[in-house]
Amino acid sequence: MRMSNRRGRVTLAALVLATMIVLPAAAQAQVTRGQMMATSCFACHGTDGYSSGDMPAIDGMAEEEIIKAMKGYREGLRAATIMDRHAKGYSDEEIVEMARYLSQLGKKH
Amino acid sequence: MQLAGAAGAVSMLPMIGCATPAARASAPRVVVVGGGFAGATCAKYVRRYDPDIEVTLVEPNKQFVTCPGSNWVLAGLRGMDAITHGYDALRRKHGVGVVHDRVTGIDPARRVVQLAGGQTLAYDKLVVAPGIDLRWNAIDGYDEAASQIVPHAWKAGPQTMLLHDQLRAMPDGGTVIITAPGGAFRCPPGPPERASMIAHYLKTHKPRSKILLLDAKEDFTKQALFMDGWQQLYPGMIEWIPGSKGGALHRVDVANKAVYTESGFTRHKADVLNVIPPQTAGRVALDNGLADDTGWCPVDQGTFESKLHPDIHVIGDAAIAGAMPKSGHAANNHGKLAAVAVVSAIRGYEIPAPSTVNTCYSLIGPNHGITVAAVYRLKDGVLAGVEGAGGLTPRNADAATFRREANYAAGWYTGITEDTFG
Repeated sequence: MRMSNRRGRVTLAALVLATMIVLPAAAQAQVTRGQMMATSCFACHGTDGYSSGDMPAIDGMAEEEIIKAMKGYREGLRAATIMDRHAKGYSDEEIVEMARYLSQLGKKH
Repeated sequence: MQLAGAAGAVSMLPMIGCATPAARASAPRVVVVGGGFAGATCAKYVRRYDPDIEVTLVEPNKQFVTCPGSNWVLAGLRGMDAITHGYDALRRKHGVGVVHDRVTGIDPARRVVQLAGGQTLAYDKLVVAPGIDLRWNAIDGYDEAASQIVPHAWKAGPQTMLLHDQLRAMPDGGTVIITAPGGAFRCPPGPPERASMIAHYLKTHKPRSKILLLDAKEDFTKQALFMDGWQQLYPGMIEWIPGSKGGALHRVDVANKAVYTESGFTRHKADVLNVIPPQTAGRVALDNGLADDTGWCPVDQGTFESKLHPDIHVIGDAAIAGAMPKSGHAANNHGKLAAVAVVSAIRGYEIPAPSTVNTCYSLIGPNHGITVAAVYRLKDGVLAGVEGAGGLTPRNADAATFRREANYAAGWYTGITEDTFG
């Protein structure tokens, strides 16, 4: 009897904690597909589009600039070593989603 | 499904409350086991996506030596310092708790990880990134003790230096034998890149020497590009023998640095012998029921959640990830996908459909780089390359392109190591 009372209190504590957890977590923005796709760029270009090495930086680019570059690579209108092969993996809409996210990050260096 | 995950996370809190300071008990907890490209990236990106989540990274070593770049060390193009990374930035910049200890057990029912030092870590979501283990004795005569004499150098660190030093001690006119394994293994372009980088060193310092690449398989990635490069840069120096023509290993004679192929009928004697053995998922995965009969870990390829244990994600080389190769680049991107899945599940959001990439740079010479790339999407539950995208450096590319790819190989290394550890 005593034990079951204790369990009851623990369950109540869990419910209180549930409220505490879900509220701050839900306040965070959802990870969008554009963000997820753009984040894959960071493996070469560095976190948020900038690294200290020789890979061209993509931070601080305007949305339209990124869209133009990616479509240019995809259509073979822009000189590339590897970006032409990557760009062919994305639709117009996906390029816009990525560009929108990347351009919001601003200049990192 | 995501809401159920969040509720599940909450229901265990009273149980773990006693094991951790009360002040921290309210934050959802993610534990990441393994601090390589997959694990370190995942820990960092969970914190980036949601700083309210507490992340603990468990990694036995205080420094991580990357396999990418380790062939460049053999060539003499880089020192070990340049491929060695610590975990300070993960702690300082991203608030990841880093515990240098070894996992002795995972209890999926109680959702706790037991460490060798006695500490117990409770988790709401667990990510396991154990890398690979080498299958000792899969090749007759080659066990862990043998690797102190005949290096594998397939986990970078002291093994890299052992092979490096043996190459430096070898006389001009000697033979280097590299053996490449069958089955799935870490870094498919690694063996031919290693042959290339050793050839660069030998051409410069011991030009009468030869390299024999004995391959259990019938072909290798970027094969035409590698062979064109060998013809151009190291004519007559590298000989590749595929499995059906006598490349498959039968036995290793460690004391005499010799290998036997073709059921033992052919003997090749080396001055420097490098045996790359067959591989499985890392020990932590095998010991905790995360691998199947193949020795690798089946996962939902959209979220990297284990098919064998819900709420445990397996990423990096250990995971079965469709068409994605076992590369540092793929591992970094698994880490990000798992981070999205874990954070979305904890928050109760829908997990976005996965889109990810691989990019593998290889050096044939200091000014001759080549790549393979792919963009991956889920197709019938399997990560498959997007048709029409990706592929290889064009075979007819000019010298300037190969030079640019070599420059970008170094840029790639800086970018990915900063993205993973910085």
